[in-house]
Amino acid sequence: MAITTPITPAQSTIAEKDWTKPAAMALPKEGYFEREPGRYGPIFPRTPACYGFSVVAKVKPGREQAVRDYGKHIEEAVKQDPSVLAPLRLHYLRWVLFDVGSGLHFMYQGIFDTDFDKYLEDAVALFVKTGITTVFVNLEGWPEDWKTNLPAVIRFFRDHQCPSFLEYGEYPYVTADEIKKALQLKASFSTMLDLMQ
Amino acid sequence: MGQRSQEIPGVLTETADSLDFADLQHFLMSRPPARAARYEFLSFRNAIAGGAWLTGLIDKVGTAKAVGGDIVDSRWVTLGFTWIGLKAMGLDEASLATFPDEFRQGMAARAQILGITGASDPDHWVGGLSSPALHAIAILFARDAGERERCRQEHEQHVKKCKGVELLSALDLEAIPPFDHAHEHFGYRDRLSQPVIEGTGVEPTPGSGPAIKAGEFFLGYPDEKGPPANLPQPDILSRNGSYVAYLRIEEHVGAFRDFLRQHGETPDQQEWIAAKLMGRWRSGAPMVLAPKKDAPELGADPQRSNDFNYRTMDPHGYGCPLGAHIRRMNPRDTAVNMNRRKMIRRGGTYGPPLPEGAPEDGKERGIAAFVGCASLVRQFEFAMNVWTNDPTFHELENERDPIFGTQDGTFDMTIPNRPIRKKIKGLPAFTTIRGGAYFFLPGIKALRYLASLNAGS
Repeated sequence: MAITTPITPAQSTIAEKDWTKPAAMALPKEGYFEREPGRYGPIFPRTPACYGFSVVAKVKPGREQAVRDYGKHIEEAVKQDPSVLAPLRLHYLRWVLFDVGSGLHFMYQGIFDTDFDKYLEDAVALFVKTGITTVFVNLEGWPEDWKTNLPAVIRFFRDHQCPSFLEYGEYPYVTADEIKKALQLKASFSTMLDLMQ
Repeated sequence: MGQRSQEIPGVLTETADSLDFADLQHFLMSRPPARAARYEFLSFRNAIAGGAWLTGLIDKVGTAKAVGGDIVDSRWVTLGFTWIGLKAMGLDEASLATFPDEFRQGMAARAQILGITGASDPDHWVGGLSSPALHAIAILFARDAGERERCRQEHEQHVKKCKGVELLSALDLEAIPPFDHAHEHFGYRDRLSQPVIEGTGVEPTPGSGPAIKAGEFFLGYPDEKGPPANLPQPDILSRNGSYVAYLRIEEHVGAFRDFLRQHGETPDQQEWIAAKLMGRWRSGAPMVLAPKKDAPELGADPQRSNDFNYRTMDPHGYGCPLGAHIRRMNPRDTAVNMNRRKMIRRGGTYGPPLPEGAPEDGKERGIAAFVGCASLVRQFEFAMNVWTNDPTFHELENERDPIFGTQDGTFDMTIPNRPIRKKIKGLPAFTTIRGGAYFFLPGIKALRYLASLNAGS
């Protein structure tokens, strides 16, 4: 019987983990090289830009301001508690509204350190807790029973996900935690050297 | 009312969401006083055969109300069905479609997602567990091996009478010495950390966290997120039911003991290595509380043996390594939504014990385990995919669970230590999965409903 051996996460991280060399990765149309199943669907591979998604959805008519208001909402939430988005393991988050001729669309782009499939339930729990989920009710296709139907919510994200075909990282594969640890170390050394003056 | 076990108290709280002890199978609620058991895996040639088999057993199914006391002569059975088994029982297509995807697909089809690959791949499973012929499981509990044999004969008689029921395979279980505490073939004390279900009146031991809402384990009750929703249909079938993930885990005792001897010159050093892999000494004492020396009286004291956390007490893993088994299986205060990740473990040892000092004899021995929950994908599969077999857990990069993860000689184990951490490269496999399956354990009314699907046929 033919045995397919997809590249295991272990193999790929060892072979490619070299933060000293900026790297780019071109990806196939589906967003992955070999279909590796996750609990809720295919897994998108880790790239030099770690993990991420770009979720694009049409905004319901008349809801533009409601969506924009969430910018302030999230700003406040993070001011109140800087660690509120920690479970998402985000590097960066960008929310964009655009209309290039086919109506107003919303794009949620995130770059983070854990694959989509693993952290989805924790992300949804966080969204519900912080009220972020309610920005999605302004989008077409968002399930009415989102509060009780997790599989439908996950389907929405997967259906509206537009995978990248190119990702570039200046310091490939490095996690936000590693960056913060390195900066902390640098700050500690710096302080220590200053004290020795 | 008679005597009650420590797990079901004398007073039951009467609320709207009261646990229906008479309708719940006992399996995830309490343990019968049994030192032996037999798991029989069955196949039904047609729905009538399945219905006849079930009808003849319903009155022997142990309920949460009846089981758990000191009744010595109780012989209880626990019954469960795979998705294909529910279909074989005659459940209609519309209802079958309301069951969750992962249960429908079955564990064998999800093995890659769970990280159960290589030597543990379903292609190598025994007992027909990866075959679509696996329809049901009957767990027969007995006081000892002698009584187990009487149970086996009784069930065999019953199966013969129901033409069209076949025994696909079976597994005999029994406790191994010493019998004064639960443990497995590697010698580790077991059953030290179990969630407590809200509504049973049992107090969680210190460090175990609060009691967990019943809906995390039983369908039809509010869970940690809110009211019950999206239950399989019909209601009478899903209410008071649970899912269990079954795993037959072979334990390579010879290889394990060789490894300890290889990495520890003295018995004390060998115990230390064994403790670092698990996160507890074999006595049960947690590494976080006893990082340098074993403390057997701590391991034996449930009021103290689970009273620790990681984020404040051991953030870098100098006590309990970041990748150790118990830290992976329960990251405590270093993970979010832990109240949605609890599972109830059941099961026991099978196979003859390997005496200390005896060479590996090639006989199969291990643990046959059940992991009970209300959502296989959210609870069991998450634990396997994100904690057990993910090499990036806690950013360790090339490590899987040292005891229970799928090891193939290419993964490492880091033991944080001062001044220099110890890194063991190329861990051998101490366990191999020899079989597994997803079962649905219906409530008593649900069992009657299933049996009625073929009434009068």
